[in-house]
Amino acid sequence: MTGWLLRRLAQASVVVVLMTLIVFIGLHAIGNPIDILIGEDMNQQERLQAIHRLGLDQPLWRQYLAFVDGAVHGSLGRSFVYQDDAIRLILHRLPATMELAVAALLLAVVIGVPLGLYAGMKPEHPLAKALMAASIVGFSLPAFWVALMMIMVFSVQLGWLPASGRGETRVLLGVPWSFLTLDGLQHLLLPALNLALFKISLVLRLTRAGVREVLPQDFVKFARAKGLSPARVVLMHVLRNTLIPLVTVLGLELGSTIAYAVVTETIFAWPGAGKLILDSINSLDRPVVVAYLMVVVVIFVTLNLVVDVLYKLLDPRVRLEGAR
Amino acid sequence: MSEATDVSAEGVQAARARRFDAHSIWWRVAADFLHSRVAVVGLALLAIVTIAALAAPWITPQNPYDLMQLDVLDARLKPGTASSAAGYTYWLGTDGQGRDLYSAIVYGLRISLLVGVGSAVMAAVLGTGVGLLAAYAGGKVDAALMRLVDLLLSFPTILMALMILAYVGKGVANVILTLVLLEWAYYARTARGQALVETRREYVEAARGQGIAPWRILTGHILPNCLPPLLVIGALQIARAITLEATLSFLGLGVPITEPSLGLLISNGYQYLLSNEYWISFFPGLALLITIVAINLVGDQLRDVLNPRLQQ
Repeated sequence: MTGWLLRRLAQASVVVVLMTLIVFIGLHAIGNPIDILIGEDMNQQERLQAIHRLGLDQPLWRQYLAFVDGAVHGSLGRSFVYQDDAIRLILHRLPATMELAVAALLLAVVIGVPLGLYAGMKPEHPLAKALMAASIVGFSLPAFWVALMMIMVFSVQLGWLPASGRGETRVLLGVPWSFLTLDGLQHLLLPALNLALFKISLVLRLTRAGVREVLPQDFVKFARAKGLSPARVVLMHVLRNTLIPLVTVLGLELGSTIAYAVVTETIFAWPGAGKLILDSINSLDRPVVVAYLMVVVVIFVTLNLVVDVLYKLLDPRVRLEGAR
Repeated sequence: MSEATDVSAEGVQAARARRFDAHSIWWRVAADFLHSRVAVVGLALLAIVTIAALAAPWITPQNPYDLMQLDVLDARLKPGTASSAAGYTYWLGTDGQGRDLYSAIVYGLRISLLVGVGSAVMAAVLGTGVGLLAAYAGGKVDAALMRLVDLLLSFPTILMALMILAYVGKGVANVILTLVLLEWAYYARTARGQALVETRREYVEAARGQGIAPWRILTGHILPNCLPPLLVIGALQIARAITLEATLSFLGLGVPITEPSLGLLISNGYQYLLSNEYWISFFPGLALLITIVAINLVGDQLRDVLNPRLQQ
């Protein structure tokens, strides 16, 4: 296990280093930030000074080395626009995005698992078939459009839920959170549900497939033959064995949920990292874009690693295979 | 009768039967496909959408890209209002610039379908080529190509797309290019996997035994047998590409404002949503949803119909 873990860690580091290279080189081909940052009234000397101050007159490999050096020391450059440390800007905004993404995944589980269980237990029932058809629509829905329609219906027409911002927040561990106040929860509901739409369909289908696979197996028959109540069989034996693939997929999905929050945050004016990155792309604020991509890469690689380890721990069959 | 002639006669018969089967298999696929009523509805919707997009200039009262035909006085009219000058009814209302929404949607469909189909076809050709190459070359080439595919597939499409578009700039061609860069990996992985399975089959060995050139075995024998799963991926990737294009245009990084796609129309309607002028965003979105659902229904049924054949 230790050897495997070390190998896996080395692999993850290689991916991170590769991505820094790709991202850095890729982004430096994009436009010239000087044109945007420097006013037209500046004279040539001021222009050159600004270029020098931002380190843009150095050759690319030197800029990359400076970037790596900074990264090792926990700094990924300063934002051209905000005049602040890029990584601090992002970390400051990241909790809001995390809150949104986790809330979306929670909603997906709370809604998707029971529906998937039902669809898997009674696959021939019309309601189960309707659920499967609905899940195709769920996969097809353009999330940004649904977000607009949600605002239209629940905020404009019915006036039930707020359409923008985080609402009232409460500080916990030095970070403001929306889910700790009622007003914040109301603000959280629509964006989280919007971000969850796709995942609900995914969870529903995964749970159904898992149930269909587990149901005909001997241990379920045996549990029934033992005279366990149907509810106990479903909860203890069927559900438990479908959870492993579900946890794996959801762990990996957290990364993509954070990425897709770009769209949701933009529409619901949720002040997270996704909104920041979109603004930064538009204003060619290179350090922030690079820093955000690096943060996402690290999140992705870490999630992959954690899921792999959890999978090994949860499923004895995989563990045995690895031990051999 | 000697053993040799016996074998060759059987071989000829088998070859004939195979050719016959190849035809009847596709017929059976078609028949199976039509078994599901939902899938038939999807196919019909898809046909309507495609025909409407192709015939756009003949079935719309207005060319939404021609600014001369737009009347700013007719901006933001409710669905069903008659136009002030041109003498037709805005059945779906007008947008902020006085564009007839029905015309704009039909023209927008053109761009959506062009981007979706165009990127899917190009990505399929590129990806299948890479996949077959990886399967054929094996060893280090295979390992390197597949690591690249893994890397591409493990990061979120939307972020990668935003980065690439920020680099290459707006425009229909650039959006297609971006989608191709992001999607070929799906085809590559599937084509490689399928090709590896097929390479071990007896007909490939037989072809090799006859001394047929490797590239001809690859394109003439292995490739046709890799097509069914690629077809399914292709259908679903078209839907994905259309959604992604709409999302990117909505975020302002997709197609330019002069050629509004469905995503951009929805984006334009966003600002009027809060004043209850819902139709500017609603109808383009509905058209988008119908298109994507139709493609997904067709793709889903294709997968169900083609899968058992693959296992046979």
